[in-house]
Amino acid sequence: MATPLVVSDVAKSFTMHLRDGVTLPVVAGVSFSIRAGECAVLGGPSGAGKSSILKMLYGNYAVDEGQIIVQHAGGLIDVASANPRAVLAIRRQTIGYVSQFLRTVPRVPALDVVAEPLVERGADREAARDKARELLSQLNLPEKLWALPPATFSGGEQQRVNIARGFITEHPILLLDEPTASLDAKNRDVVVELIAGKKAAGVALLGIFHDQDVRDAVADRIIDVTAFAAGRVAA
Amino acid sequence: MTDEPLLRVSELSKFYGSRVGCEAISFDLWPGEVLAVVGESGSGKTTLLNCLSTRLLPSSGTASYRMRDGQWRELYRMSEAERRFLMRTDWGFVHQNPADGLRMTVSAGANVGERLMAVGDRHYGRIRATAVDWLSRVEIDEDRIDDEPRAFSGGMRQRLQIARNLVTGPRLVFMDEPTGGLDVSVQARLLDLLRGLVTDLGLAAIVVTHDLAVARLLSQRMMVMKDGRVVESGLTDRVLDDPRAPYTQLLVSSILQV
Repeated sequence: MATPLVVSDVAKSFTMHLRDGVTLPVVAGVSFSIRAGECAVLGGPSGAGKSSILKMLYGNYAVDEGQIIVQHAGGLIDVASANPRAVLAIRRQTIGYVSQFLRTVPRVPALDVVAEPLVERGADREAARDKARELLSQLNLPEKLWALPPATFSGGEQQRVNIARGFITEHPILLLDEPTASLDAKNRDVVVELIAGKKAAGVALLGIFHDQDVRDAVADRIIDVTAFAAGRVAA
Repeated sequence: MTDEPLLRVSELSKFYGSRVGCEAISFDLWPGEVLAVVGESGSGKTTLLNCLSTRLLPSSGTASYRMRDGQWRELYRMSEAERRFLMRTDWGFVHQNPADGLRMTVSAGANVGERLMAVGDRHYGRIRATAVDWLSRVEIDEDRIDDEPRAFSGGMRQRLQIARNLVTGPRLVFMDEPTGGLDVSVQARLLDLLRGLVTDLGLAAIVVTHDLAVARLLSQRMMVMKDGRVVESGLTDRVLDDPRAPYTQLLVSSILQV
């Protein structure tokens, strides 16, 4: 079976035009690959570019150099150079992403927020809601919240909605940006279990976890991001 | 999912004398895709929208539209009558000011029914039933069907305008600042409604707005305009989270945080 995700020689910098065009290098020479059924964890201090790497893989940040090759729809495609429509298709079918924060849409109940990615992939709405209920109860989100829009939820409650939304689909690649940051020990354990389930199902996972216990429990391998430190300021 | 776009725009320019309205605009729009056009007033985004919807003829460039029968037609070579027919059936246009898109002195039901009659429906009972259905989809109570839009609030008028546009099942809808001039709470309701309708109906839409939050919520793709030109375009979240052009960086950094 081919490798689901191969990153080679990716570089990224920000040019701040509002500050006289100063260039802030983020990362350079980023190269790694993730196998199916493996959970790799990006390691390194804050500011090393871990989140930026995840965002590039998801097509959320532009890539200056290099390639991000994913197995998608029976072929290979480079996320770094894919057009917007292709990136949307990759997100729908191939790469899932659990962000640090939930971006809420006014008036949409938590249950539908969670079910939405499945519906987008063509699932029956009621079946998707059943799956959403299952995940939300597994993550101990009180049932009385399910019918409410998550905008007014606490940080931990929003994060659980976000996790359920990210784990509900069967994307072959899953990116996790600190999914356990505002969770208590009990719910962290649930997330560890969910990740184990994904690994068993052959999903390639790449995550950022600041919590040492969670990292030890899920990581098959640490990718040290400081090795990809970009050179000196170019401008 | 079809592999052909719905609209192809190539090198579209509009000059007002020596002044640039919009210049060298090219893009493709696919079925079910929502494209946001953002920029400050005077950036040419409304000129572009008016050219695309053939309310204004461009100075140069082409725009082709894939008709329901699969034939590609060049918009600016169609006869006036053909364009009007397209506008009444396959397209919608939601104006910023509902008074520009509604007939203010006929009832809400007639405003919705009129578009149906324009496409040939003559059965009164069926037209009224469809009107009632559409009013409820835009959250207007059935008992307001015989009221004139003059008696409606701004938010209700805008929802009525949307119903009037969508009742004929268009494939492409143009929107010019659809939430402009509304209270924030009314805006949120309208946005949620639009988002749901666009998804459920699989509409393609081109939304002109100066509000980046509206663009983020409604669109998958975005073009940023300045002085009549597109300075940046791409996936909406990419443009907003990693803006590259100086002007886009200025726009994004100017958003008030709440």
